[in-house]
Amino acid sequence: MIRFSALVGRELRLVWRQPGEAATAVLFFILAVILFPLGIGPEPALLARLAAGLLWVAALLAALLSLDRLFREDHEDGSLELLLLSPVAPELVVGAKSVAHWLTTGLPLIGAAPLIGALLDFDPTGGAALAAAMVLGTPTISLIGAMGAAMTLGARTSGVLLSLLVLPLLIPVLIFGAGAVQAALAGAAPRQPLLFLAALLAAAAVIAPWAAGVAVRQAMD
Amino acid sequence: MSVFTGRGLGCERGDRAVFSGLDFALGAGEALVLRGGNGAGKTSLLRLMAGLAAPAAGRLLWDGVDIAEDPARHAARLRFVGHRDAVKPALTAAENLRFWARLQGAGGGVPAALARFGLDRLADTPARFLSAGQRRRLALARVAAGTSELWLLDEPTVALDPEGVAAVLGAVEAHRAGGGRCAIATNVPLALAGARALDLDAHAA
Repeated sequence: MIRFSALVGRELRLVWRQPGEAATAVLFFILAVILFPLGIGPEPALLARLAAGLLWVAALLAALLSLDRLFREDHEDGSLELLLLSPVAPELVVGAKSVAHWLTTGLPLIGAAPLIGALLDFDPTGGAALAAAMVLGTPTISLIGAMGAAMTLGARTSGVLLSLLVLPLLIPVLIFGAGAVQAALAGAAPRQPLLFLAALLAAAAVIAPWAAGVAVRQAMD
Repeated sequence: MSVFTGRGLGCERGDRAVFSGLDFALGAGEALVLRGGNGAGKTSLLRLMAGLAAPAAGRLLWDGVDIAEDPARHAARLRFVGHRDAVKPALTAAENLRFWARLQGAGGGVPAALARFGLDRLADTPARFLSAGQRRRLALARVAAGTSELWLLDEPTVALDPEGVAAVLGAVEAHRAGGGRCAIATNVPLALAGARALDLDAHAA
């Protein structure tokens, strides 16, 4: 546990010392969403209907931006092989990196969501459902993304490959994330989509670190 | 007394055989210097010894037990310095060391290790301001902090000044005096008492 927190602490400290890299994801999220009203035109009714979907797509793409870096620097400077030689299991290394990624990307995105909602004339009655869906959905993005980042380690076009690998896997998060908001806006309880999101998170928390751990070990050969 | 041995080791990179039929034995307090031209497989052999890669042929045994049977146990008894320094530019020299020490569960040796490699005055300097030689010293100080049975050093003296080389030799001798053993890949003659040489060119496949 001390070792796990040492790992998370190191990741957070590295991000804190280079804040520009973490801020990029949030700024991308905000900018991408701002583009939609400009492209679609100032029709509040239409924007409000699209808001939930737009938010989720933008959040997915923003999280992907920073995933490419997750293992690459450690791989290039030799830290990754030392991490594999340390007493920490590879699955825990991946878990710690996923936690750090969520804290530095997912959490700020959740924080920025109210601002984005206002820009899109998002109906506040769906706010609680959106918050709950993002709290359950963004960790899944970090976990599945970490798996993709580990699997594309060493590939020359890892950024593109990562998107192609990860985005299809994250479609369920998008569907249930947007579904929860739409259910709340329609006056129904968003319980079912939220439960699906929780199940996706539980499955990702078990499968992704393990798969990524195997992939990282493979990348060493 | 435990002994670390390799029997009939072979290594392949891509589809090319690098070396084959290689044997070594490394007892407590001993030093093994790996020699050979570029591409002879010095780094590859060190990675095999670390368990980072599996040999194409042969076995690596610690007291007769194959290291592949319990990779975590083998990893716990060794410290590895590759040709890359694994130094994070955004962290200070001391933070870099403290992280690895905490991960290994040995936090106390950091100031002494920094002092041994002449980095004590740079402890709070971000590593991005360190020179190549100072980064190399930092990578070596990581190994010197804490105790372990086996050191695997890949070209430890690259970028080091004479004072740095002397620090490496001092650290290695202190490690050996404490019952540790080490394998060092280098093409620079190192003044290590009673070190045995392993010429990889003689085992080229």
